[in-house]
Amino acid sequence: MKISPKWWIILGGAVFGILGALAVNWGNPANMGICVACFLRDISGAVGLHRADVVQYIRPEVIGFTLGAVVMAFAFKEWRPRGGSSPIIRFVLGICVMVGALVFLGCPIRMVLRLAGGDLNAITALAGLIFGVLIGIVFLKRGFNLGRARPMSHTAGAIMPGMMVVLLVLALAAPAFIFFSESGPGSLAMPLFAALGIGLFVGVMGQRTRFCSVGAWRDVFMVRDFYLLSGVIAFLVAALVTNYIAGNFAADGFYSWGFADQPVAHTDHLWNFLGMGLVGIAAIQIGGCPLRNLILSGEGDTDAAVTVLGYLAGAAIAHNFIIAATPGGVSEWSIAAVLAGWAFCLIIGFTMRKA
Amino acid sequence: MAVEVDVRGLSCPIPVVRAKDAIQKNPGKELKVILDNKTAVENVSRLAKNSGYSIKTGEEGEDYTILMTPGK
Repeated sequence: MKISPKWWIILGGAVFGILGALAVNWGNPANMGICVACFLRDISGAVGLHRADVVQYIRPEVIGFTLGAVVMAFAFKEWRPRGGSSPIIRFVLGICVMVGALVFLGCPIRMVLRLAGGDLNAITALAGLIFGVLIGIVFLKRGFNLGRARPMSHTAGAIMPGMMVVLLVLALAAPAFIFFSESGPGSLAMPLFAALGIGLFVGVMGQRTRFCSVGAWRDVFMVRDFYLLSGVIAFLVAALVTNYIAGNFAADGFYSWGFADQPVAHTDHLWNFLGMGLVGIAAIQIGGCPLRNLILSGEGDTDAAVTVLGYLAGAAIAHNFIIAATPGGVSEWSIAAVLAGWAFCLIIGFTMRKA
Repeated sequence: MAVEVDVRGLSCPIPVVRAKDAIQKNPGKELKVILDNKTAVENVSRLAKNSGYSIKTGEEGEDYTILMTPGK
């Protein structure tokens, strides 16, 4: 029996959701079984780009996302080193995505996991994400694009996969100059090889299905295409059902429904909305969510690789400049950074059009 | 002669946006889209089918092509 692409993405999304939920039971932070933004933030801290000592760890999942994609890109002849589509703009947009995500406290994937863990702040954020996506679509319809990429050398394409291998070596060797949190979310982690295995699975699945947690919403509103969204919905339903079956909603479990006192979350609704909105518009302009860019970087896409570096820089900026929110809420610097991010995205949207 | 739409080098979702533009500007005409990655081939193929075109995909050297003909 041949499984159609539509069923593959539903199946892949569902397994991803089950793993994302169970990863918490296996050791990852609550409602953070998989969070691409949080995990990149932890890596940024582990290599000392920021010194928030509760969020420093080399997350093997992230390494797996890219390396799993490398394997599939070669297996299916989709390894195509390319780049040159406004890398500096993508770098700054990557910073914007990270700033927005760390003001909400999660990427669009953790947003879905937070919802599947009873955190209703995720609904405010989803509304914000869709708001940002819709504005991004307006720009797309006006002819927005960041220019054409050109084929590049295999060496260039191999840089980000190579960096991931280096990170894996550093995670295993744990030299003294790498920071590992002793308390807080950064100290909560499932065993290294299990995390790497989940990352590889998601990388393999994501490369084949093109899973994208922002593109999903874009395609629905722009071209009435529900392919990607079906994967995201399967992810949500599977994570929710898994949380109930695993007893995570029991009295002594991790989760309960509501807005207040949710794990690694705050209730500043306006900034949850605008923070995730910034993720939405910036991710539309980049062409995909953080997971998607990690996967593209595994296909030799150097523009996606530069975007990933932007995420790491954004995480450092967010924590060094007190922009990242805490469970207590946002700071005045969070507000300033989100507004600056929105201003940047609007300028990019108005100025980057086809000649 | 098919109307050519060259979306090589354009990242997601611009190939779909350009193909959709071409559909709207050339109703009833055959379109030939030239692409350089399989994700874009899949995305534009779905758009074409959802827009009532029959499609024929091919490869030209390093590139891919989709010939879109109006009607199923």
